Amino acid sequence: MNKQEAKKTQEKASRVREPLFHVIKRDTIPLWKSWMIRVIAILAALLICGLITLVLMGRNPIEMYASMIKGSFGTSRRIWKLLKDTAILLCIALAVTPAFRMKFWNTGAEGQVLVGCLATTACMYYMGGNAPDWLIIICMLVAAVAAGAIWGLIPAIFKAKFNTNETLFTLMMNYVATYLIAYFLLVWTPDGSSSLGRLEHGHLPVLLEDVVGNSYLLILLVVAVLTVGMYIYLKYSKHGYEISVVGESNNTARYIGISVPKVIIRTMLVSGAICGLAGFLIVGGLDHTVTTESAGGQGFTAIMVSWLGKFNPIFMVLTSFLIIFLDQGAAQVSQDFNIRGAFPDIVTGVILFFIIGCEFFINYKIVFRNKKQKEEQA
Amino acid sequence: MNKSVALEMKNVSKRFGSVLANKNVDLTVYRGEILAILGENGCGKTTLMNMISGIYFPDEGHIFVDGEEVVIKSPKDAFAHKIGMIHQHFKLVDVFTATENIILGVKDEKHYSRVEAEARVKAITERYGFHMDPHKKIYEMSVSEKQTVEIIKVLYRNADILILDEPTAVLTPQETEKLFAVLRRMRDDGKSVIIITHKLHEVLSLTDRVAVLRRGEHIATVNTKEADENSLTEMMVGKKITLNIERSEPKDPVDRLVVSNIHCTSAEGLPLLDNISFTAKSGEILGIAGIAGSGQRELLESIAGLQHLDGGQITYANPKTGEVINLRDKTPLQIRDLGVRLSFVPEDRLGMGLVGNMDITDNMMLRSYRRGHSMFLDRKRPKDLAEHIIKSLEVVTPGVTTPVRRLSGGNVQKVLVGREIASAPTVLMVAYPVRGLDINSSYAIYNLLNAQKEAGTAIIFVGEDLDVLLELCDRIMVINSGRITGIVDGRNTTKEEVGLLMTKTAVPADNTEEKEDVSRE
Amino acid sequence: MNVLSSIFGYLMSAIPLGMTFLYGCTGEIITEKVGHLNLGIPGIMCMGAAGGCAVLQVCMTTGNLPAVLIVILGILGSFLVAGLMGLLYSFLTVSLKANQNVTGLTMTIFGVGLMKFIFSNLEGHMYLKALTYFRYPFSVHMPGSDLRYCGPMVFLAIIIALVASYVLTHTKVGLHLRSVGENPATADAVGINVTAYKYGATIIGSGIAGLGGLFYVMDYAGSQEAYLSIETYGWLAIALVIFTLWRPHLSIFGSMVFGALFVAGSYIPSIPGLHLSMTATPLLKMLPYVVTIIVLAITSVRNKRENQPPAGLGVNYYREDR
Repeated sequence: MNKQEAKKTQEKASRVREPLFHVIKRDTIPLWKSWMIRVIAILAALLICGLITLVLMGRNPIEMYASMIKGSFGTSRRIWKLLKDTAILLCIALAVTPAFRMKFWNTGAEGQVLVGCLATTACMYYMGGNAPDWLIIICMLVAAVAAGAIWGLIPAIFKAKFNTNETLFTLMMNYVATYLIAYFLLVWTPDGSSSLGRLEHGHLPVLLEDVVGNSYLLILLVVAVLTVGMYIYLKYSKHGYEISVVGESNNTARYIGISVPKVIIRTMLVSGAICGLAGFLIVGGLDHTVTTESAGGQGFTAIMVSWLGKFNPIFMVLTSFLIIFLDQGAAQVSQDFNIRGAFPDIVTGVILFFIIGCEFFINYKIVFRNKKQKEEQA
Repeated sequence: MNKSVALEMKNVSKRFGSVLANKNVDLTVYRGEILAILGENGCGKTTLMNMISGIYFPDEGHIFVDGEEVVIKSPKDAFAHKIGMIHQHFKLVDVFTATENIILGVKDEKHYSRVEAEARVKAITERYGFHMDPHKKIYEMSVSEKQTVEIIKVLYRNADILILDEPTAVLTPQETEKLFAVLRRMRDDGKSVIIITHKLHEVLSLTDRVAVLRRGEHIATVNTKEADENSLTEMMVGKKITLNIERSEPKDPVDRLVVSNIHCTSAEGLPLLDNISFTAKSGEILGIAGIAGSGQRELLESIAGLQHLDGGQITYANPKTGEVINLRDKTPLQIRDLGVRLSFVPEDRLGMGLVGNMDITDNMMLRSYRRGHSMFLDRKRPKDLAEHIIKSLEVVTPGVTTPVRRLSGGNVQKVLVGREIASAPTVLMVAYPVRGLDINSSYAIYNLLNAQKEAGTAIIFVGEDLDVLLELCDRIMVINSGRITGIVDGRNTTKEEVGLLMTKTAVPADNTEEKEDVSRE
Repeated sequence: MNVLSSIFGYLMSAIPLGMTFLYGCTGEIITEKVGHLNLGIPGIMCMGAAGGCAVLQVCMTTGNLPAVLIVILGILGSFLVAGLMGLLYSFLTVSLKANQNVTGLTMTIFGVGLMKFIFSNLEGHMYLKALTYFRYPFSVHMPGSDLRYCGPMVFLAIIIALVASYVLTHTKVGLHLRSVGENPATADAVGINVTAYKYGATIIGSGIAGLGGLFYVMDYAGSQEAYLSIETYGWLAIALVIFTLWRPHLSIFGSMVFGALFVAGSYIPSIPGLHLSMTATPLLKMLPYVVTIIVLAITSVRNKRENQPPAGLGVNYYREDR
């Protein structure tokens, strides 16, 4: 009697313990399916944003979407701005990508861009009027690339030699860069004002201004070339191959005689240098001055762009475009609907949450208990 | 037998994919005894024990504790039935102290008090005669101390049935003796101790009964008193099975690779390789037999330039120039630059030999991508090679762009071996090349090795299946605990001879060596 | 007297600022101890400020509530809203196993944005009415200097840090919590509910960090624009975690040092005889970060195990990944 009861409770217990569903890692998923999941996630996120607008503001979501599209594509000026912003963001994202493929979590793109901006401005400030513009521009480029590379090199050396946590190290380097700029701003503005104002010399040449009506074309071309170049570098060069091997397995790298520290240092030099280049484009081609906000947080957004684009430069064109589109569209919405505060950041945040979350369904599969049993029987 | 039954397994089977790990195993464990589970590598010893400790759930069969059927689905369930297992890979938190690790996860009856917990730990250590500093951090501990923590951890959870998975594999002889003393005390205290092992002398000196497993099946359980080394070896390795692997006579063998007196130690200071000396000859397959973890991996990695050596020499004779080259302390790259055509099929195929997420073409390039001065990759030749390997070795794959991790084990191995052979090596090292492969794939690999042998390559073959070693290899070197216990002729030796050498405790070859040992300590 | 009062003024400016970091730092330590690097802390602190101030606005509009209750409600509101952010973070990183860095950065973008939205819809003069309750209870006055305040939240920060330190090092819960961050597979094997610990620690840690935002707005700064600088302090809080080697009791002092370094820029140039121009201010402000980098580098070079980040930091746990 007793024994029977014990057995019954045991059976019950074992049944209860069997979970309702079970998460298993997917082996592979067809490309179209993974992109469909992402598109569904973005659509769902936009729907949620629309609902938020409806509930909070009592406005028609359709109006909101229309406003978003208007904000990005409404006028040719907006389209150009969209393209320019996409290009700059993409440039920084391209910079962090080689490091990420190597599983080196570089959160220091912001600082690497900033020192690039700073070096560029320094050349403009000190050489302006003393040298021909073409020489200034060459110096700006060299200085910016070198500065960015050094900023990337420092954490890389520590990672390679002592395995210092690179996420935190590079994060801190951002602030050092910020205050370095603050310092030079004070040095360069003796009157105590903290803004430097536009510098006159060393502007990047403007291509076809009569046709396109702005100075963005050069930047677009540079970034386009860089995108293709990075794609080739990662996919077809020996360096890119070594980066992939190190990222996949340190053990394999060792086995075939790749020096992991060397690859880490070299890759971070490339990564930092391209960030420096982005700084050069921002200051030389657009702002002609530097502030502590010159990078505008894009160093962080770029991490997202790179990650969402699966560290593939071609996909990253799409993801950077998406993020800038959302940003610019949402800015228009806040203007049209008279929303105060940083509405674009909220929209971007919500959409990113959905995209980040949906990766789960791409990498894992949920098997429900009943289905599992059926599968087992089959 | 007047002892009461602690645990009983009836008709237990477990299957992993197409591999049957355990087949209809019956096993009885009594209170107050030490039972050995004896068997070769891969015979299902650990799997069987994992089903008692809640790591795996049996596909078929029943488990009884104290005569009542139980369902064990997790280590927690196992503890509820007073069963605890000490795994080979310790599950400890490195930055915690011994005590903290021991009490981790245990529900306190009353309010948690560190003092009380420490008192309980102390009581256990005293009762069984452990030597352990309860405040020492795990990362400061030797392997033996860590093992002690694991055992106390199980005892702290009131386990009456203790399972130890190859507990002596990582211990020095002195530490082993201490452990055995503790285990005997536990037996006298009425606990059931199960040790998984393949060391015969341990079985004979420690245990009360021995259960022998072979290829997943329970062969017999005998009283230790009635057994000896020969009878146990025979049960363990079974009758010789004829595999009909071809074996040609080596053609004009010359010394290709000479290894003399190499030794190296682990981070914990235990010897990994101890004065290993041998010669690999061209056109010959040298087999290396030994229990897993006897130093096979370190030996191959030393030759490949991946393992730092404390002493000794490795030299290579270039077949074209006759030049003798020193390989010790060279990186894999330097070895290649010296013109040494050395190929290596490591044990960890997807974690070391190949990159799982890369396709077959890109994996072909691993060895050769540096070729040429261009900064870009040449994918043409690797692709041709990939296609050639797929065709000639009959690799089943959707195409050359399939990531290798999606291929089956046999096909992965064909890709790896194919790549390593493609560079026309003069020395080819292979570690467990047929592990997990089906019969056809295995024979395909044997044929490849034989073809290499006929082409004059010196082959070093690390294997686990004695039948294969006996039929394939020209000479067999047996190692145990990093030492050579014998080098035998593959044509004349017997399975029993090799089996005994594998489990034999190596004695130092000469006196000078012993002195060196002492001075090192 | 003048020197004394300016030293006093300096300390009374530095120490309370340090408390902003301390809240964030304690919260982040708890989160990192279960193996989650939450780079969303700046955003979470922002949301803590927004949540707290929103509750305070409601309280002050309702009127006639006792001062103690208002302070408690403000703190609770802040804790809950920040805790919700923590819940979102844990859902994404624990249940959906999303990349921690990416999720954290998104949390910051989202949190800062949402905070700005909320604050732009709050009325500064309403919630700031509660300022007196937050600031005055323990006010100190030194002759020759401005009135300096030291509100209850300064002490709360220290108490929370001490409690967190005690729980982490001296209790079973703390032991289990740390084991989850060090070696989740081991914790799982001994029957610790890894998921529950990860959720719990992240939510509580986020809640605590959120209080830092509220403290900064309602005690330290006390102005309508204060919320705009919370994000910066959030990043500093993460730096402080490294600086204090993942130990809450050390971060009490660390936060004061950081506070001192942070406000040093405005005090040091005024030291008579030092002849330091204001230009050096940014270099002084750089110090906390430089020091943090040095600490990070030194601990990795020395490689002492107790001073390393939790071994499982940044890696999501999936049981079948063995």
